[in-house]
Amino acid sequence: MKRVSDRIVTGAAWLSGGGLMLAAAVVIGFLILRGYKNLDLALLFGDTPWQAAIMGERPVFGGIWPAFMGTFYLVFLSSAMAIPIGIASGIYLAEYASRRLRSLLGFFVDLLAGTPSIVMGLFGFTAILFLRKTLLPEAQTCLFLAAACIALLVLPYVIRITETSIEAIPEPLRLLGYSVGFTRWRNLRSVLLPLASRGMLSGAILAVGRASEDTAVILLTGVVAHAGIPGSMFDKFEALPFRIYYLAAEYRNLGELDQGFATSLVLLCISGTLFLIAVCLQKSAEMRWKRR
Amino acid sequence: MFACNGNVETFVLFRLSDKSEKWIEWILLIATCISAVAIIAILSLLVAFCLPLFTLGRIRGVLSSQWQPSGGYFGILPMCAGSLALSLLALSIAFPAAMGICTLLHVLARGVFNRFLLATVRFMTGIPTVVYGFVSVFLLVPPMREWLGAGTGFSLLTAAFTLSLLILPTIVLVLHARLEQIDPILRLASEALGLTPIQQMRHVLFPVASRGMVVAAVLGMGRAIGDTLISLMVAGNAPQFPVSLYHSIRTLTAHVALVVATDSRSMAYQSVFAAGLGLFLVTGLITLFIRKSGKAGREVRREKGF
Repeated sequence: MKRVSDRIVTGAAWLSGGGLMLAAAVVIGFLILRGYKNLDLALLFGDTPWQAAIMGERPVFGGIWPAFMGTFYLVFLSSAMAIPIGIASGIYLAEYASRRLRSLLGFFVDLLAGTPSIVMGLFGFTAILFLRKTLLPEAQTCLFLAAACIALLVLPYVIRITETSIEAIPEPLRLLGYSVGFTRWRNLRSVLLPLASRGMLSGAILAVGRASEDTAVILLTGVVAHAGIPGSMFDKFEALPFRIYYLAAEYRNLGELDQGFATSLVLLCISGTLFLIAVCLQKSAEMRWKRR
Repeated sequence: MFACNGNVETFVLFRLSDKSEKWIEWILLIATCISAVAIIAILSLLVAFCLPLFTLGRIRGVLSSQWQPSGGYFGILPMCAGSLALSLLALSIAFPAAMGICTLLHVLARGVFNRFLLATVRFMTGIPTVVYGFVSVFLLVPPMREWLGAGTGFSLLTAAFTLSLLILPTIVLVLHARLEQIDPILRLASEALGLTPIQQMRHVLFPVASRGMVVAAVLGMGRAIGDTLISLMVAGNAPQFPVSLYHSIRTLTAHVALVVATDSRSMAYQSVFAAGLGLFLVTGLITLFIRKSGKAGREVRREKGF
């Protein structure tokens, strides 16, 4: 009797494992099969010659270049905000904060990590409504707003990874600096931060990856289907994930559908690569202390 | 001067900081406070924009069961029910699968396959949500429409399948981390008792990790409720109560996205703020719960940083 139930559970376990592998393979394989044919310069630039498009001399119609650049600017801006702040917070929580403060501030970080991205987008949207009523009647959703909201979204990842990678440093090394008379900051700067740098880098890359794939935030904070390359931080913009969402719902012909598949493949490659780099860095950072 | 260093209680009898270094500590503290300020700002803005609902007595209109802006009905209850139904359904698909996968990882699979399976799970957390949605629209929706006769194919069931794929890696990783922490002596003891691997898993490891299982499930639920893109792309977005698996539904998250994108009437907006506030509070409660479950929360935090 026990044998039978054992077999059933074993079967179910293999079934779920196999199902997961199959699903992952189908998602990736399907995109590659349908998308690889269209991975060329025309996907990026449409009919515009690529030199002119890159230099910004001629606008691109039909290609995903504007969306690509929009995502690039978005990721760049949000990382420029989230990564320094996140690393600073992580350092504070790991090294400076008293136990009570750490638990309190840590709770806010957890809350931020748990906030759904659509709520973050709605926050940006209400902030604009608020600004319109008070200081800036001209305010509208724009690239800068989207980048700020995305920065809030990825901030907790950077904070937590910085914190854990500092905490993972073994106790003797943590005390090394003090033993030669360093002050706390000197110890951080010369001993702890260099030791934790690999883990912190993986956090930063992970943040970049998440910033490039999120759609719900930008949906409410200024992404549009046709905007061209944003001229300033206060323009509307295009983005790769939104392009995919838009094409899935409103493709008009097979050409656009093919573009949707190719764009998905491009986005999958970008965030997949970033993700793999981050995981490898994190693994190697962890191994460093385990092997001791 | 005494200083408590990090979480390990080590008291160091050294001069830890100069006066000139005080400003560094202040800068770091200010950076840390940005998260707290953000949370307070989100909450207060959403509450401020919801206030007219209460002062003007419109709250009953929003908490009603019909959404028909042209007719003046702005109820969001169908969307609440939609969110709940979708995330519960996705969880009920993903959670048993996650238990199965953890059984594989811990007692059944060995060597290369084991590592490959774990790597696949990790990699899946890196796949963009919008890609899951896109693939599902072209791979899952047509069969649903043709084989099951599920209307347009954009249905509760379709969305639940896709969403379960999205939350599965999260659940597996949290549960796996919890199982890894179990004392190896327990496993040795159960092996010495002559339990088969499956019996070990069922009668020893899973019961010991029961709290971790609850945390994993709650975390998966939180991710499912908070997800926008899958339900927006695959669930069909019809504002009706989820009466059957084959019907189209609309979730709160999708509702927010749709109304902000299209509508501009003040009452429709207010329903959106109410939805946003509701989502924020629910996910806040989930975070609180996970923290309260103490030690289990630690590895959750780590696993959330995928």
